[in-house]
Amino acid sequence: MDWQAFWLTIRLALLVAAALVVIGLPIACWITYSRWRWKFLAEAVVALPIVLPPTVLGFYVLVALGSRSPLGRLWQALTGHTLAFTFEGLVIGSILYSLPFAVQPFAASFAAVDRKLIAASSTLGASRLQTFFRVILPLSVSGLVTGIALSFAHTMGEFGVVLMVGGNIPGVTRTVSIDIYDQVQAFNYAAANQTALVLLAISFVVLSVVYALNRRVWAVWPWK
Amino acid sequence: MAVEIEPGTRLRTGTSAAMSGGGDALTVEIRKRFANGGGFALEVSFAALPGITIVFGPSGAGKTTLLDCIAGLATPDSGRIAIAGRNFFGDANLAVQHRRIGYVFQDLALFPHLSVEKNVQYGISALAVSARRQRTDAILQSFRISHLRGRKPGEISGGERQRVALARALVTDPCVLLLDEPLAALDATTKSNIIDDLRAWNQAHRIPILYVTHSREEVFALGERVMVLENGRIVAQGTPHEVMSAPRQETVALLAGFENIFDATVVAAHEDRGTMTCRLAGSNVELETPLIRADVGSALKVGIRAGDILLATILPSGLSARNVIPGKVVSLTQHDVIVTARVDCGMEMAVHLTLAARDSLHLQPGREVWLVVKTHSCHLMA
Repeated sequence: MDWQAFWLTIRLALLVAAALVVIGLPIACWITYSRWRWKFLAEAVVALPIVLPPTVLGFYVLVALGSRSPLGRLWQALTGHTLAFTFEGLVIGSILYSLPFAVQPFAASFAAVDRKLIAASSTLGASRLQTFFRVILPLSVSGLVTGIALSFAHTMGEFGVVLMVGGNIPGVTRTVSIDIYDQVQAFNYAAANQTALVLLAISFVVLSVVYALNRRVWAVWPWK
Repeated sequence: MAVEIEPGTRLRTGTSAAMSGGGDALTVEIRKRFANGGGFALEVSFAALPGITIVFGPSGAGKTTLLDCIAGLATPDSGRIAIAGRNFFGDANLAVQHRRIGYVFQDLALFPHLSVEKNVQYGISALAVSARRQRTDAILQSFRISHLRGRKPGEISGGERQRVALARALVTDPCVLLLDEPLAALDATTKSNIIDDLRAWNQAHRIPILYVTHSREEVFALGERVMVLENGRIVAQGTPHEVMSAPRQETVALLAGFENIFDATVVAAHEDRGTMTCRLAGSNVELETPLIRADVGSALKVGIRAGDILLATILPSGLSARNVIPGKVVSLTQHDVIVTARVDCGMEMAVHLTLAARDSLHLQPGREVWLVVKTHSCHLMA
């Protein structure tokens, strides 16, 4: 098995999940509490990666990161190389691709927090930020865990965006799913099967952890 | 019920006591219209003195909206809200968290993830640890919930939760306290214990307390003043006795427990005797009532409490009461220890009796009876 691809994928998924906590929490917060009349448009944009073919998303990200776009030029001026076909570019593409898988669980759990608790917090002198960290966030732990786990697992298994944005450079942009594709192309089914199994196992474990943590009734243990 | 609250400043720190300026009235003069409320508008103007002011009224009268406006959770369209020279609303809109208001919500809104102690400390987290502990201990003790400090809100009883919510609001040393039907869900004993504790606290901390309720008992148990809200407007205010015992409006009368309210017309005024004669609409019954400023022929309403009517099985004589009305018992219903007799006198009147009276008079439907009503038991309303 290609351990290099494996660790690269884990590193990518962890980075993306962490970035999505930082980016996703404010976006989810805004989506939940904003009364802006065009908010639904922003919600639709955030949800786009769910329905968009990864190649379409990947194509636009590639264009946006390329040396002809302002962002790409800025990055090139700063670092001396382009974002396309680099690990950093992969991270950016993956963040966009997994955004709804983090934002939607976050927003759903924020919305489930009783507004009266938020009102109570502010009458007790807490600012909005304090209310967020002392009331909303602690009561949204399950949504938080779900969002992090889903964006982690989703990034682990992504293919189309990675192929478009990252190419297939061993140790830089070759992730597990691309490795499997390569093996299959080379009729190396045994190796593909091995890697696929590991990916399947990881996804299953991550999802099991999510559902286990979100169990409401811990009085009933599965093994009793 | 003994209350162990020491009057004075035990719960306060020196600075906050000075800041609260004990003894200031809350002045409210606001207007708020609801676009989708079928033209409902809240339009009130009053000054709440230190002490308990009951805000009484039917549901949908705007009671909670009024409290939300004072707390800053809702924004009035125009007007002014101020206490002790501090403007909550007017030229500028002071943010909720800077108003220093104690608000106990109808459903309490205790933080489910925090212990009783952490809930109570929520509003004083800016204080130094020792001051915070001292204040928390004092308030937990005065509301008799010290033994619950480690428990979560989900693990204590309704009455205990109520005490925690009160303690959480009061420990911040608010300059106004807003209570939205805080005792609605409690049994009578728990309720009166908490009322005692709240009253004792109020003795020591003279701040305006607005207490929303639709319970008559609470009005009399707590109120120094009552304000009746209906359709977003104040329709009556005064002491509980003034407002509830001599209501001037039908809605207030219904809320205040006038079981009998009739349309009537003034037939004659007897200025020399200080009485009037009124005929009840749809019947021949004429009642002698107290004299009010009303022209002969004008329409008004007469309210009579079911408990103020006497019932006789033979025609009574030699009475000081001026109104003796013949009728027939239609039905008898029992609630706890009170029997309500509905008597047809041309229109139906409800009369309250004791169980013993029902049995010794052998009352049953169809029985002919006479109702006796004193002149001053007839309350006239516009």
